[in-house]
Amino acid sequence: MLDLACSDGQVKQGQALENSPLAIRGLTVSYGQKPAVFSVDMTVEAGKMTAIIGPNGAGKSTMLKAALGIVPPVSGQVQVFGKTLDAQRARIAYVPQRASVDWDFPTRVIDVVLMGLYRELGLLGRLRAKHRAKAIECLDRVGMGDFATRQIGQLSGGQQQRVFLARALAQGADLYLLDEPFAGVDAATEKAIISVLKSLREAGKTVVVVHHDLATVAEYFDNVFLINTRKVAEGTVAEAFTADTLQAAYGGRLATAQVDKLALAMG
Amino acid sequence: MSGEEFVPLSLTPLLIGIFAAVACALPGNFLLLRKQALIGDAISHVVLPGIVVAFLLTGAITAGPMMLGAAGAAVVAVVLIEAIRRLGRIEPGAAMGVVFTTMFAGGVLLLEQTDTSAVHLDVEHALYGNLESLIWLDAVGWSSLLDAQALAHLPVELPRMALTLLAVTLFIALFWRVLKISTFDEGFARTLGIRTNLLGLALVITAAVAAVAAFDAVGSIIVIAMFICPPAAARMMSNQLEGQVAWSVGFAVLSALLGYILAGYGPLWLGAQDAVSAAGMIATVSGVILAIAARFGPCRNRSGAPVGV
Repeated sequence: MLDLACSDGQVKQGQALENSPLAIRGLTVSYGQKPAVFSVDMTVEAGKMTAIIGPNGAGKSTMLKAALGIVPPVSGQVQVFGKTLDAQRARIAYVPQRASVDWDFPTRVIDVVLMGLYRELGLLGRLRAKHRAKAIECLDRVGMGDFATRQIGQLSGGQQQRVFLARALAQGADLYLLDEPFAGVDAATEKAIISVLKSLREAGKTVVVVHHDLATVAEYFDNVFLINTRKVAEGTVAEAFTADTLQAAYGGRLATAQVDKLALAMG
Repeated sequence: MSGEEFVPLSLTPLLIGIFAAVACALPGNFLLLRKQALIGDAISHVVLPGIVVAFLLTGAITAGPMMLGAAGAAVVAVVLIEAIRRLGRIEPGAAMGVVFTTMFAGGVLLLEQTDTSAVHLDVEHALYGNLESLIWLDAVGWSSLLDAQALAHLPVELPRMALTLLAVTLFIALFWRVLKISTFDEGFARTLGIRTNLLGLALVITAAVAAVAAFDAVGSIIVIAMFICPPAAARMMSNQLEGQVAWSVGFAVLSALLGYILAGYGPLWLGAQDAVSAAGMIATVSGVILAIAARFGPCRNRSGAPVGV
């Protein structure tokens, strides 16, 4: 990695593993015979916004799910803030893909956000006015305060995504992991989400996003993790999001002209 | 009807019917939302080999070993379904279909090879149950409810079904929050540290216990109907899980009450001679309730539903 890329003067390479909000070592995940993720190392930088990018089927979501214990890995270690995942679950908030749940489930918007308070409430803890107030506050932050008592099946795609983000906010975590939060949402929602994510970063939180829109990478994120089953590149946008790394990750699937345009856009 | 007639002849079958209906409808709500509603059907089929094996091992028609055999078979089936679903990567419905037809067929073969003509292991009993026979002969009226001697001769199915209902209710109440979260969003539930696999297995085993107890008391046709019809009808009455479960309990009770009364008196009102099977009528009533809810329920039109339905 180039030294001059670290314009903010931070020495990333020397960052100890224990300080990383999410450190993945040798992670391999397999569906059937073929590995979806092969021997991947990742060290997420604290207080930054990191995009995980790569072509369709490159294992972006799978890597995230395996790191969180949602799908079982074949091998690999994961450390969250220097400890095991189980010890640090309270510090993690996860936003799954919107399409991964059945929005016909009989529940209201506020009930979904209240699920984010599970670790606070426990199995049988009583739901109090302060919990509801917190849920409303989180809905307000994503501009969904007026929808609290709405049935979730009545929401648009963008609204569903905002409700999921509100649920993550309710978790009060230090590390936010989002799987394709901008997929199929309207422009207003995209703006609202990115503004919330930036405010999280300003508050010192770490944000990791599985992202598919190469055009917005440089604008939204600090760091990039490029994957195509194996790790292709990792670093700041300037370091890891270059014509060469993109060509390596996407191969023929990304036209050269497109790569040049992206490189231009990044200045 | 006077207490002298009602208490010995109708009170216990009614209560057993209601308890069985509610015990199946409660877990049925979650199974329906998890697209596993067919598991009731699966369980009611797979218990057959379990019961036959228990009979072969003990050589006696006693409830204890038979229920153990049925419960054992149900658990084996549940584990098999899970294993096939995961290893074969096929949808749950297909996995259930494979397991329950195979195990039921095995049970039929076993039954054929065994001399069971003398015992009531016949198909009719298995399907329709014998609700009407669960009478309380020692009762002489309402006063018998306070008579320890009469109470001692209550049909054993009544306390057994009541205990089952209590256990099912406790399970649902205790794990309500995690059941709700993991049914809606399993991946998210796992990141919270909820052991969703174990919880899913516990739910299915709870359903299996309810099914086996109800199967023994009232026959499998009620089990299959109650796992699906009251929760499905309830979903069209409420857009909240709490409301759905409450409605499903109401519908289960209504089906049992109305079904029992219609089976006993309906044919007489129509001029026919004999009463019809209460279990069959209860299941039919639950189906009619579902049809009415599907036509008139306030929450039947949802975004997920196809247009025009």
